[in-house]
Amino acid sequence: MANDTAGLDRDQLIAGYRTMRTIREFEERVHEEFAGGGIPGAVHLYAGQEAVAAGVCAALADNDYIASTHRGHGHGIAKGCDLAGMMREIYGKAGGLCGGKGGSMHIADFDRGMLGANGVAAGGVPLACGAALSAKLRGTGQVAVAFVGDGGANQGAFAESLTLAAVWRLPVVFVVEDNGFAQSTGTRFHLGGRQVAPRAEAVGISSAVVDGYDFVAVHDATAEAVHRARTGGGPTLVECVAHRFFGHMEGWDRQGYRSPGEVDRLRAEHDCLVLLAKQLTADGSVSTSDLAEIDLAVRARVDEAVADARAAAEPDLDELLTDVYVSY
Amino acid sequence: MTRILSYLEAVGEALAQELRRDPSVVVFGEDNIGGTGCDGTLGHAWGPTKGLHEEFPDRIFDTPITEAAFVGAAVGAAATGLRPVADLLFVDFAGVCFDQILNQAAKLRYMVGGKARVPLVLRAMWGSGMRRGAQHSQALYPIFAHIPGLKVVVPSTPADAKGLMTTAIRDDDPVIFFEHKMLYFSRGDVPPEPYEIPFGQARIARAGDDCTIVAIGRMVHEALSAADQLAADGVRCEVIDPRTVSPLDTDTIYASVRRTGHLVVVDEANPRCGVAGDIASSVASEAFDALRGPVRMVTSPHAPAPFNPTLEDAYPPSAADIVAAVRATRRRSVHPTMPEQERVS
Repeated sequence: MANDTAGLDRDQLIAGYRTMRTIREFEERVHEEFAGGGIPGAVHLYAGQEAVAAGVCAALADNDYIASTHRGHGHGIAKGCDLAGMMREIYGKAGGLCGGKGGSMHIADFDRGMLGANGVAAGGVPLACGAALSAKLRGTGQVAVAFVGDGGANQGAFAESLTLAAVWRLPVVFVVEDNGFAQSTGTRFHLGGRQVAPRAEAVGISSAVVDGYDFVAVHDATAEAVHRARTGGGPTLVECVAHRFFGHMEGWDRQGYRSPGEVDRLRAEHDCLVLLAKQLTADGSVSTSDLAEIDLAVRARVDEAVADARAAAEPDLDELLTDVYVSY
Repeated sequence: MTRILSYLEAVGEALAQELRRDPSVVVFGEDNIGGTGCDGTLGHAWGPTKGLHEEFPDRIFDTPITEAAFVGAAVGAAATGLRPVADLLFVDFAGVCFDQILNQAAKLRYMVGGKARVPLVLRAMWGSGMRRGAQHSQALYPIFAHIPGLKVVVPSTPADAKGLMTTAIRDDDPVIFFEHKMLYFSRGDVPPEPYEIPFGQARIARAGDDCTIVAIGRMVHEALSAADQLAADGVRCEVIDPRTVSPLDTDTIYASVRRTGHLVVVDEANPRCGVAGDIASSVASEAFDALRGPVRMVTSPHAPAPFNPTLEDAYPPSAADIVAAVRATRRRSVHPTMPEQERVS
């Protein structure tokens, strides 16, 4: 899976497509299931931004770390978290990745290097710095990725983490996902300066701004950053611009802050899956029916995960008091 | 065999011994080496980490002034194989990184269904008396004791400081370690070998049958001084040092109150929603039948710590306040002169 420097081959592009399609299918289904009342709590969907999670994680090794955000389903899927375990967790059921005690906003799978979605916008960014410190001191060669949104990038923890990572030369990659909005406030209204990337330059960290709809562009920029981190060159910031299809949060946001037809145009003109499909089929090595086959297989997996989550049991009441401490 | 060490030296010795014992232990904070790039010999403003970088140059670091980042990094490092000891310098600075303590360190294990361990120690200097003003003098352990997932340690002697720090570093949960700045230069016997003092086991600092005094941190010494004065009047106080306020050894407190019938809680923290009130209410709930007088709480007032030395000296509880509280609760004894046989029946 790891590919620090070279371009992506055909199989890797197909794998990227499968990951992105899985995220899309997963999120569209969670949207429906939430509307149907099956899913409790707060859910933030990643649809539209798939190329970012998939492109970044395609440049990582299995044992590399990611720290995610409240909008974390895509990151988890791209890092290889079990689909059924994720769906059960979103339903809050027994057998979920966190036993139903975390939910959508705290999905984690330490065995896959997924250190957790996070309920606080930039809350996970320092955690990624810590994982990078740990990798550096243990001499494992692992790299950590901190995902943060354009909104979360305004929090102090993000600014402080840039400084700490620069001063300690940590093997960390900051991936800023500019999806156009901090909740319902547009980027041009909440971001001081037009982009986040110059903030990295200000503390001596290299940065790149890439088209977040373009899987290959995201992968290539991340691969360069990961290579720098792995070879002792310290942190990099990669800013990916890709707007989300859904609102900030399910069941709450009618997206009145977006212009009429904006989301339809986004889906029609800036669908990362359409772009990657075009790239894949351009030279005839992959056919549209090959991709349709992937789509069907993905749909079946997501159907299965939903059926499994619906049927799964509630956690035992005893779980209320477990896992507070290792010992107390 | 023991030697006399200061509280500060005892903390430093625990750090050095654990760094030596376990390669996953790392130490960082503002000026923990003290002057990276120069001679680097300061070792934190008062010096518990002084000299450690000479033996462990790759495992002790100075941090930029980035509490949210480095406390969060301690959480991430702890969850991925290290045992970080991060230094907040003054506990008052928790204000700039509280999310990382409250929402990340304390809750990570629970939120991920037990799949993570967060073995970190956050060192925090606390307490009034050094003319540091309202933002450098607080006793904030009640805030942390309120939060499930954290353990809170408040040592009162050099020997306890070393043993509790050793336990804190070896513990698999996040521990907030409160070091009273006015105790740093207090001295006492400290065994040279590494040793652990279990969390949740109070120390009976002085035995007595007439009144239980539970005192925390520096207040243990004020309570002992008060007990000396009361002993001259024939009142034998039992002084209990909980050592850790989360977990809290309520069993030792209840057992003592069942013998003495009286309780005074001495806490340098502010009075509202604090550890003193917590102990008082626990005793009222679980050992009410044993109480023969009202529970008294002696705390700092509901006010910030002042800078002016005269005002600050009047701020925390004193031995005289404790003596007055013990006398007050005993004066209002419900059965002060009841014959022994009647009490038994």
